[in-house]
This record gives sequence, structure tokens and C-alpha cells, in this order.
Amino acid sequence: MVEHGEIRVVHRGGSKINFRQPVITNDSRFLLCASGQCVKVFSTSTEECIHDLRGHTDLVTGVLLKPSNHLQVYSCSVDGTVKLWDFTDGILIKTYVIGYPIYSIRASAKHEGVFFVVIPKKGDKRSEFFQLVAIHTSLSGDQIVEVQELSDVLGDVSSDPAAIHFGKGGEYIASVKGLQLEVYFFRKNKAFRFYLKESDKKGGKNTFTCVSCHPKEDCIATGHEDGKIRLWRNFNHSKEYTYSTLHWHHNAVSSLCFTPEGTNLLSGGIESVLVQWRYDQESQRDFLPRLGAAITHIAVSPDGALFCTSHSDNKITIIQSCVKVSAVIQGLVKGDSVRTDLLVDPRSKSLVLNGKPGHLQFYSLQRDKLLYNLDIVQQEYIHESGLQQFEVVKAAFDASGSWLATVEERKQKVTELELNLKLWAFDEQTQSFVLNTTISAPHEDRITAMCFCHTTDSETSMVVSTSRDGHFKAWQLATPANSEDEGPSWSCDFVGAYHSLVPECCCFSADGSLLAVSFQEVVTVWSPASWELLTTLSQPPGAIRNLCFGRLSCSKYLLGTTANNLLCCWNLLTCSLEWSTSMDVSLLLADPLSENMSAFCCQAGNTDLFVFKPSEPRPLFSHKAICSGKVTRAVFAPREEMLESCDENSQWLNRSQLYFLTQYMDLMTFTTKAEEDHLMASSKQHEIDDSVAMTPFYLLLGKHRQQENQEKPSSLSAERTPVPQGSVAIKELLQTPAHVLPSTSFLCSMVVQSLLISVKDSREENKQAEEEMESEKEEEDSEEEMESSILKPTQPESAGAEAAESAVPALTKAQHRDLRRLKKLDHSWLSGLLDP
Amino acid sequence: MGEFKVHRVRFFDYMPSAIRAMALNRFTERLALVRADGALEIFCFADNYFQEKVIPGQEGRAVEALCWVGQRLFSAGLNGEITEYDLENLRPLYTVEAYGGPIWTISSNSQGTLLAVGCEDGTVKIFEVLEGRIQFQRNLDRQKGRIISLSWHPSGAQIAAGMMDMIRIFDAETGHATHRLLVERGVGASKSKEVVVWSIVFLSDHTIISGDSAGKVQIWDGFTGTLVRTHLVTKWDVLALSVSHDESSLVAGTSEGTVTQFQFLSPNVGQQEKEWVRTRTFKNHSHDVRALAHTDIAVVSGGMDTQLVVRPLLDKVEKNTRESAQRKIAFPHRNLVCCAKKAGLLLFQFPDHLEVWRIGESDGQGKPGDSLPVKRNPEKLVQLKIKGKDHICCSALSPCGGWLAYSTVSSVRLYRLQCDSLSITKISRLPKELCWAHQLCFSSDSSKLFASVSNSSVIVAALNQLECKYLHTLKPKSGSRQPVHLLQASEDGKWLAAANTDCEVHVYDLSKLKLHCTVPVYSSCPTALAINPTTSNLVVVHADQQIFEYSLRQKEYTEWSRKLQKQGLHFLWLERDTPITNVTFNPKNSAHIILHDTFMFCIIDQSLPLPESKTVLFNQMTLRSLPEAERKQHSHAFKISKNYQHLLCVNLLEDHSLVVVERPLLEIMSQLPAPVRQKKFAT
Repeated sequence: MVEHGEIRVVHRGGSKINFRQPVITNDSRFLLCASGQCVKVFSTSTEECIHDLRGHTDLVTGVLLKPSNHLQVYSCSVDGTVKLWDFTDGILIKTYVIGYPIYSIRASAKHEGVFFVVIPKKGDKRSEFFQLVAIHTSLSGDQIVEVQELSDVLGDVSSDPAAIHFGKGGEYIASVKGLQLEVYFFRKNKAFRFYLKESDKKGGKNTFTCVSCHPKEDCIATGHEDGKIRLWRNFNHSKEYTYSTLHWHHNAVSSLCFTPEGTNLLSGGIESVLVQWRYDQESQRDFLPRLGAAITHIAVSPDGALFCTSHSDNKITIIQSCVKVSAVIQGLVKGDSVRTDLLVDPRSKSLVLNGKPGHLQFYSLQRDKLLYNLDIVQQEYIHESGLQQFEVVKAAFDASGSWLATVEERKQKVTELELNLKLWAFDEQTQSFVLNTTISAPHEDRITAMCFCHTTDSETSMVVSTSRDGHFKAWQLATPANSEDEGPSWSCDFVGAYHSLVPECCCFSADGSLLAVSFQEVVTVWSPASWELLTTLSQPPGAIRNLCFGRLSCSKYLLGTTANNLLCCWNLLTCSLEWSTSMDVSLLLADPLSENMSAFCCQAGNTDLFVFKPSEPRPLFSHKAICSGKVTRAVFAPREEMLESCDENSQWLNRSQLYFLTQYMDLMTFTTKAEEDHLMASSKQHEIDDSVAMTPFYLLLGKHRQQENQEKPSSLSAERTPVPQGSVAIKELLQTPAHVLPSTSFLCSMVVQSLLISVKDSREENKQAEEEMESEKEEEDSEEEMESSILKPTQPESAGAEAAESAVPALTKAQHRDLRRLKKLDHSWLSGLLDP
Repeated sequence: MGEFKVHRVRFFDYMPSAIRAMALNRFTERLALVRADGALEIFCFADNYFQEKVIPGQEGRAVEALCWVGQRLFSAGLNGEITEYDLENLRPLYTVEAYGGPIWTISSNSQGTLLAVGCEDGTVKIFEVLEGRIQFQRNLDRQKGRIISLSWHPSGAQIAAGMMDMIRIFDAETGHATHRLLVERGVGASKSKEVVVWSIVFLSDHTIISGDSAGKVQIWDGFTGTLVRTHLVTKWDVLALSVSHDESSLVAGTSEGTVTQFQFLSPNVGQQEKEWVRTRTFKNHSHDVRALAHTDIAVVSGGMDTQLVVRPLLDKVEKNTRESAQRKIAFPHRNLVCCAKKAGLLLFQFPDHLEVWRIGESDGQGKPGDSLPVKRNPEKLVQLKIKGKDHICCSALSPCGGWLAYSTVSSVRLYRLQCDSLSITKISRLPKELCWAHQLCFSSDSSKLFASVSNSSVIVAALNQLECKYLHTLKPKSGSRQPVHLLQASEDGKWLAAANTDCEVHVYDLSKLKLHCTVPVYSSCPTALAINPTTSNLVVVHADQQIFEYSLRQKEYTEWSRKLQKQGLHFLWLERDTPITNVTFNPKNSAHIILHDTFMFCIIDQSLPLPESKTVLFNQMTLRSLPEAERKQHSHAFKISKNYQHLLCVNLLEDHSLVVVERPLLEIMSQLPAPVRQKKFAT
């Protein structure tokens, strides 16, 4: 088999934004957070992602504002590099190559030109032990700097970035690991270590979880696994240190943060309550409850106006002055596992899967944004570890997306299994799903599979569920006979069983005329119209794992995989086995828009993908080792616009796109080269339009552009004169990193020049338009233009000539003339210089 | 270890009394504490927190406050009297009426020349401390409302007084109030209630710290009379405050049973400015913490739950030393149980009555560890209520069970007891020398009564049928004025050993009625002693857990004792925090010494090798699992059993059965009143 270079497996959306502590910029306008292999820049006011800082080739493990320049940000990654970015424009300024995986980054204003990173103990990349090293940045202008010199600071630290924090003014650094707090004073070059006992008398666990230092006083706050917060003082004595204890959290404190003035201490944990402790007055505390999910990180903006909390459900909440949630940035919610299959909502074309506990989430793949959560369980979620709560385990859509069936279950140790089957109708008015029918205890045991009958024309909707209790049940929508006010509801239509075997999978054929249910090793085919057992297919040995009908031209085929590593294809016309092949298929999936089927095979710890048509012996596409581990969830998502690829290999991606979840819950997809190029191009264009931040230069240039537009409202956009030559200089100016720019005086003249050119251009155009005008008048005109364009930045409203004149009343006639002459000289000289 | 039939006695309803107040004497390192029944106890902190002296209480003596002036101890109470105690004869020395109604507080200036008492009528009365007495000097300006707490400025020029809703600062020279600091009331429902300033501390930098009934610890500037900081410590009351001598640390005791520490720290390392920061919280009590003392290395707290807790401050002590261990002193360091070995009777001493019980009997046989069926239940034979107001200070039951004696600070009473016919007759005529006693003891043949009186001397009185006759007074040569706290006659009737709180042990020859020898004085106070009847060796156990064996015949330490001292005791033995309170011998095996503390009893087999520092001290369970042959190798001299806990007495009866008197702490706890309501998480 040939590796296909042009189809790549890529991360597409849904990456974690709660992995590391987010960073709020000095002006509180942007929020930066590590997200997969890039750093995302969000607007704090609109919640929109402004741009990504792409460049790392592995997981980004830390984002940090450069202390000496608040417009630049460091990011570190497991790929062994630290990159310095200009985050407003998204420009990579520098790359420091460290050569070891980096787990977190710290810096302090006191240590200029130094940043501190946590790397594994030297010489061993897989080491369990980590150390904090200082890296001195040289002032070289190179884009890529190989860092040779690493100086050790602390020997044994935790890889968690919350476990290291700089103290007041960067004089010392505090690090916690296990049961030890270590404080290292830079000036005295001395470390103090403080140990706690494993547990106190009451059995509370004393293990440190996080640390934070007071910005103004010598006080270190540490969080502990039993929910206590300790405030350490006098820690420059190895014996006379002291601490006080604050206790509100009932479970581990996951994050601590002092406000910039040090007046408040913020803490959070699994309770999903942000607690604000008044420093020095610890008995007074404020709470911001009901934040939705466990708090994983807390960050405060440098001016203290904004707090932001990351949550375990991949969410960032921005809070204004501890009282009001002002914005919520929600990523794809990923738990430890997805119990429901990956689904695609036929209406919104969004990806549907388990979200918050008891919810289904609708995630737009195109926009990489969570659309909404649908509360399935409709019960209060209690934030406590170890508590068994209702979980959504199955969900299915019908073909048109007007019905949704969900199954929720709760298994407690002592009580019996609780099951609910819920059917939801799409409400056109509210544009969301409304609960139609709840069937409690639809089966006596776990539901193993559920599917809708995918007919588009029939009036009757039907859903089939199979259960471990040995039955499969068909549920049908029926209008109640007697009551008029109630709408139609769902009821059980048929209960089927086969030799008291346990049904595992079920599948409807594309036209809805056949239902295949697998009972361990036997596949039974039923007619849903009459509930007649049509035939049984069995291909010993091995229990059936997946079952799939072929589509379109291949609809006569039924495919199944068995536990004995066989992929079988039955011909339903002859009721015989058409072909079978030996492969360990973990997931078999049919593309709803084509005949293609995809099979994920697990081999030697890696997963391979095969895309094939049941009728053809050769696979259309195969890709070895798409990821490590087993793939158990995947889905074909229809494309918004079809691709026109004619390449044989990538044809199967034309109509729909294949998404899958790896064992680490990463959402991956396949892209073609063409698609990628297209994407790149569009993002580039986007960047040019949008990347100009609100700098003084932008104001100048923006006004200038506005003015252009105002002056030539009649000219069609197609005929618009090309961007003036001078603006190339400005563009260059805005895009070049600040440190490589020449001196301001030089720049100033460049800008002025560019502006002058544009005026001349317009003047000439005017000339062309009004050729019959008197020369005197013309000169006046041009002069007015000139004045107004120069004065624009200070007088934004003055577009008219009168305003410009009134603004320069002091000029005498002679001066006017002089100016005009000067300008004329200028123009000719410059145009000669600049026109190629 | 040997096998015994054990009488497990749990019918001694000993109930300690709540701790009311305490006072620490920094120079002698002694802590005086007073309980709700008026009993005064003196603990020597230098000597392993040993309870040196006990002065029994008195009905109706409600002591509210204690105060040391040099070596002298004063108390004041709600009966409106100031009492000075005679610590050598363990009795109140004199009582002075203050004429100001109930007294809430007493405090002396640092020079030890003046005493100030705060009275219910709003006056602060100054008494001059004179040789052997105190004399009223004057009243400070009378205030409206009672004076609850007082604190002198270390210079002695000013006094701060905590009152209802306010704090007053008086000029000690003029007697005029110079400042009035208004204390804010609690919020909510308690707004209408007056706030009580329970405790106040005046620091040398003129900072005043107050603790009040609204749960606040407030820090005031004494110059300007302004509030500096408020720390809300509890929802209930802050009852006690205590500051360390160097004024760098302060502790506050609350009604919730917590003790909160405040430290005087500089917020920035290396700067001079300091402020009071709340740091640690200790929770060692279930009830109100009424009394607190801050030593240099530890916080001592006591309260309603009757336990004295010594909580070391880990920043002041070395780790894993004897000082770094927390101590809870729940039981007195002396015997409240007297066992008549021959008659099988037990005498229980309560503050205001005595009980005599006959222990049960059983004829069943069983394997070791079985509980045998009881043939005859234990029964209470006598309950003897005392006459008068004074509480019992000591009591004794003769080994034959025929005599019962007890003493209060004012009188000694002797009774003839007939258990068979259940009659008790008071011996009305006692020798006039026998007016009160620190310790009482009968000889083993019940023919003599020994009573220790003042100046460490012992009175010997002969008993016959219904008569008590004075024989002799035994006097030590040292001329010590300290009271005898241990008195023990030997089984064979030859010797009498008496130990006093000067750590002297005198042994008298009873046949010659004169001093036989004085055991070389050891620095720690003896906690238990006994004379081995077969070998005439005196075994003395000291408060620092050392054991000495002294041969009375040779007048020198025995070979075994020297070996023990040379090798040293096992570190686990030395780390135990309760003293040995009783020593007895096994008459069947003279090499066995039986001793016990609160949490274990131990049989020392002098024939076995002493444990090395590496050997397992508590090895009885492992020995049991070993085969017979191997046991020999692993066994050592200290055979310790922890099967019985909270022991008040372990004694061997004549029929070779062991009496174990237990008083489980949980039973004491269950008899305490309900603590203040506290919100517990998840309830």
C-alpha cells in the first residue's frame, strides 16, 4: 500500500483551551491561551478568536507576557522551543531552541533578559524528575537562537506550572512538590525547604497542589489536596517560619492567584465556585458560585479589573471585578470518554457528542465553536467526586434532524440500573429540541445500540433499541386516539428476540425496508413493515461487533465485523457471504452521502484506516498509523461545499469529511493538499485585512483610507486606483518586528512621503476629472486637499474645504504661493523617484 | 509475661473538674491552674510537666483568676475574696475580703509590689503586697459596669481594664481613667447584647489587645486609644488571651475549643515594621478554652473539657524531641484509688466523698484472653460523704480492709470498717498531732497509720481495736519544708519510704523508728516508689521516666540499677508522656516489678536482658506469634501491655489476680455539657 503524501491527518478544532493558565494582556483587551499546538488570541469583550499564533510543532505548554515588553509574549512547547511573539499582529519574533521538552515557563521583571523553564532532568528526556533552569537571552538579532547555556535554579520541581511562582519583586521563587515547599532566594543564593506531614490527624491530605506569592508582601499562599490554603510567612527562617490556614474548599484547591495589588486572594476547585479571600481579613470572603464546572486555572489581568477562570469543561470565563461574568469562551467539551457516538446533526451540520455532564453539545466544525448545549438529564449536577450521576450514553438523530433520541443511565453500587429513553422533537420556532416523550426503564438492562429508521418519505418515524436483556424494541411515533390537545408521542411497537441471545448492534438499510440486528454470532434481518424475521446470516465464529448496510449502488450489501478479526460482506439478494477478509476492525463506518465505507483497524498499537466500496476489491484509500491507540469514535460530516478533486485517492473526501477521536480525545480529521492551500490562502488574505491593530499608525493610515473613500464615492470599487505606493512602506512598517525597525526619524520621513504621494495622486485624478477648471481654482483646490489631508489626524470631522481653511487663517498670500511652489517641486521630484 | 486473672474495673466514675484559670510563673517554670471545684494544681514544666502539688478545693470557692507574685500565689473568686496559698503545706494561707462584690480578675504589676483586682461593682482595687500579707491601698476611679479583665503595662504606670462594651485605661499613679476604648458589639441578633471584654493584654509598646464575647481579637493603640486592627476569630466568644514573654506571639482561646495564634511579624522580609498577623489555629479542645498560658516553647490551654493540653510551637523546639510532642494531661499524677490487697476492696477518692467497693469474683477457667463469667458482681459497700466544706486531699484503706482514713486541709478522720457486717465506726479520739495530713498510709499488717505532715515529717500512730495512739514523729535530716507526696510502707513492715517535692526520698527504719537513709537526690521528682519485700530494694520512678533501684541493706544502687543507667532506657520508654503512678511487686517472683502509667502497664523482669535501642520495645504481640523456643531470644526485660487504656490503678491482689481500674476518656467526654453549636461541613 502506498502512503498518500497529500492527504494528511490534522488536528481540526476542539483542542483544549483550559490546558494552561490563560494570560490577559496589559490593556485587558486580549486573552491568550495555549490551545493544542498554537496559542489562541481571544478578544475579552467579544469572545471571538482573533487569531492563532501558529508555529509550534507540538503541544504548547505555557504562555507568558514578556515582563519587559507588554506587547510581546513567550510561548513554550513540548517541541523544545520557546517562541517570542508580537501577539497583536501575530508575528513570530524569535525562536529559542532549548532542545528539551519544556513544561512551563516563568519570568520576572527583576530578571531582565532571563526566563525560566521547567525541563526534564538533563540527559534524560523521559525522566520523571524535572528541574527549573534559567535561560539568558542574548541580544542577537537572529530569528532562531540556539540556547547553549542552561543554568540550574531548582533541582526537583513539579512539571505543573501552578507549582512554581515568583515572589515579591522576583526576589525569590517558590516551588511546591509533593509535601515540600521550597523557597529560593536569588540574592543570597539560598533555598529553604519546608515539609508537611503526609496527613494530619483528621486524615486530610496535605499534599501541595498549587502556589502563589503575594505581590507586595512576603507571603506565600499554597493550596492543598484537602482543600486547605496555607499562608506562609517568615519563610526566610528555616525554623521560625509560620503559616495560617484558610479552609473553605472541600476538595483539592486547583488554583490560587493574588490580585495585582495583593488585596485579595482568589482560589478555585472542583466546587466551581470562585472564592475571593480578603488578604489580612481572611474571615471575610466573597463567592462567585455556579460557574458551571470545576475551576482549573485562575488568572487576573495586570490592572486587576478582569479575572478569568478556566474550567474543566474546556471553558474560559471572564469575570469583571469578581461579581459579573462578562464573557464565556467555550471550547469543545471533552470528558475522559465519549459515551455517545460522534453524530452529525443533519440540520446544523454540527458535531454532536457528550458535553457537560448530562448534556449533549452541538459543536460547529466549520467555525470551531460550540453552538449550544442541550440539557438531556435535566437534573442538577452535583460537583463531588465519586458520586454516580445520570449520564447520556446513547443518542441518535433521524434523517431529517427533526427527532433526537437519547438514552441516559445511572448505575449506583447498591441500586439497580436506572435507564431513561427520551425522544426530542425539533421545534422550528425556538430552533431547538423539545422533549416529546420520556420512557423510563425502556429495557431491563443496558442499551447496547439504538438507531433511527432512515426513510425520508415514510410518515412513520421509528427508532430501534437493543439491550443486554436479550430484546430489541421498536418505538413508533403515534397520535393518541382520544385526546386532541396532546401531540403525537412515542410508544413501543414491537419487541423482538432471537433464541434469548443478546443483541449487540442494529442497523437500518438506507431505504428503511430492512433492519439488521446482530445477536452475538448471528445476524438477523427483519422487515420493519411486518416485523417478520426474513433471514439469518451467520458467519462463524465470533460475535458481531459492527454492522453496516451499504449505500446507494451498494445497498444490497450488509457488512459486519466480528470479534475474530473478520470483516464480512453479505449479499442480501443471495443471502450469502460475498467476501470476507481478516482484519481487526475496531470501527466500521458508512458515509451517508456515498457508497464509501471506512474501517479503522487496530494493529500493533496503531490504527490504520481503509476506505473502500463494498463492491470493489481494492480499497480506495488506505493510511497506515493515523494515530496511536484504538479509534472507537468517528463520523462522516458532510461538507458545506463539495470539493472538485479528481484525484482517485482524495475523491472519497469530496462529499464528506471524516472526523475521528483518538484515545487521548483529540479530534482529528483528514485534509487534502488542495484544501490546505485554500485554507492558507484565505487566512493570509484575512490576515492582511485584519491584522492591523489600533496603533497610532493605523489611525493615521485608516483615516487616510477613509478620506480616500470619501473623496471618491463615485468611483467604482473595481476601478479603484491601486493602493498608493507609499502604503507599501507603511505595511512594511507595521509588519516588521519592532526591534528590526530603523530609527523613528527615518520612519517619520517615510510616512510623510507616503502621504504626500497619495495626495498628489488624488490631485491628479481631480485634474483629470475637472480639466476645464481654471488653473487658479485648480491650484487652490489642490492646496485645500493638501491641508485637509495633513490636518486629518487632529481634526477627524473636517472633510470640507471650509474647515480646512478656517484651520489655517494665519497664512498670508505670499506664504500660500510659496507653499504651492514647494509642493509642485516636491511632487515632480517624488513621482520621478517612486514611479518605476 | 506471666498470666493473671484480671479484674477489669470500670465502675470508678471519676470525673475531673473543668479548668477555670491558670497562671504561669516564668522563673520557677511552674504552672498553677485552678479547677471549677476550687482545686489548685501546680505543674512543674521543667520536670516533664509533672503535677507536683494539689491543693484540694472547697465547696463554694469559685476561683476566677490566679496570679503569681514571685513565689507567692494569689487567687480571687466570685466569693469576693482574695486568697493566698501556702504552697509548702498545701492549704490556703489567708483570705482577704475585697468588699467590691464578686471579683472577676486579679493581676499583679511586673515589679510584684501591687495587686489589682477587678470587681463587680466597677472598681479596680489596688492591694499592696507585703511580707506575709496584703493590704488594701486604694480604689481607682469607679466605673459603671463590672471589671472583667485587667492588665498592667510592664512599666506598672498604666492599667488596662476590660469591661462591658468598653476598655478603660487607668493611670496607676493618679488612679484616673485616661482613655475609653469603645468595643463594637456583635452583628445580627447579638447587637442588642452587651459585649464582654473577657481578656486583655497590655504590651510594652503600648499596644492593647483585647478578646471579647463577639468573637473579635482587637488590637488598639494605647497612646491614642484608637483601634488598629480587628480579627474576627470566631462566631462565639474569645475567652482567654496570652502573650509570650518576648511579645512576639499571642494566643487566643475561643468557645469553639480552638486556640488561634497571632504573631508579630514584618510583612516584608528584612524590614523593621511589624504587625500582628493571624497564623495558626490549634483545635485540641471540644469545649470552651477558659485558660491559656504561653510559655517560651509551647501553648498551654485548658477549659471545660477538663484536659490540660501542652501544644509545642514547632518553630521554637527541635523536631522529634521530648519538647516537640504534644501532651494532654487528663488524669491526675497521683493515686485516687487505694487497693486493700488482702480483702479485695477498692477505695475510690472523689473530691467530696469516698467509695469502697468489693470487686467481683469468678471461678471460671479459660484461655488467656477470654473473659470469664462473673459469679459475684462487684458491689459498692460504703459511700462516705465528707463533713464540712473542705474537699478530700488524701485517703487510705488498710490492706486488711479494716481501716479507712482520709484527710482534708482541716482534719483527719479515721474509720473502722467491717465489711462482713457492713458497719463503719468513726474513731472519735485521734492524737492531737494528727490534725491534717498530706499523705496517709497503713502498714501492711494494718497495725500502724502513717501520716505525713508539714516539713516532710511523718507521724506514726499505732492502731488497735478501736483506738489510735500517737507513737513517734519521723523527721528527715535535710530540713526540707516541702510536702511529702509519696508515702509507702514495705510489705514486711520494716521500712517506710517518703518522697517530697524537693525530690528527696527518705527511708525510715520502722523497727528503730528512725531515719535509715536518704536516697541520693535525683533532679527529677519521684512519681512512684515501692520497696521490694523480699530483697528490700527500693524502686523509685521519676517524672523523667528514669527508674532507680536502691538497696536499703547496702545503701547503694543495685547492680541492676547501675546496668540500667549505664545502658540507658529505651527511647520509646522515655518518650511516654504520662508518669508511672504506681509500682508493685509480684510476691511469687521477686524479680518482677509491676508498674503502670495511663496508657500501659509493664512488668519489668530483672532476670532478662535489658532492651537495646534497636530492639522493639512493644514486642508482646510478636512474641506471642513466635514458637516457644524462639521467644527466649527475643524477649527482654520490659514486658508492656497496652490492652488496658486510661488506667487509674493497676495492683496485684493477694490471690495473685490483677486489678485494673480504667476510666475511658470517652465516658468523661460524654458527661460533659454540650459544646457550643458549630456548623460542620456537610451536616
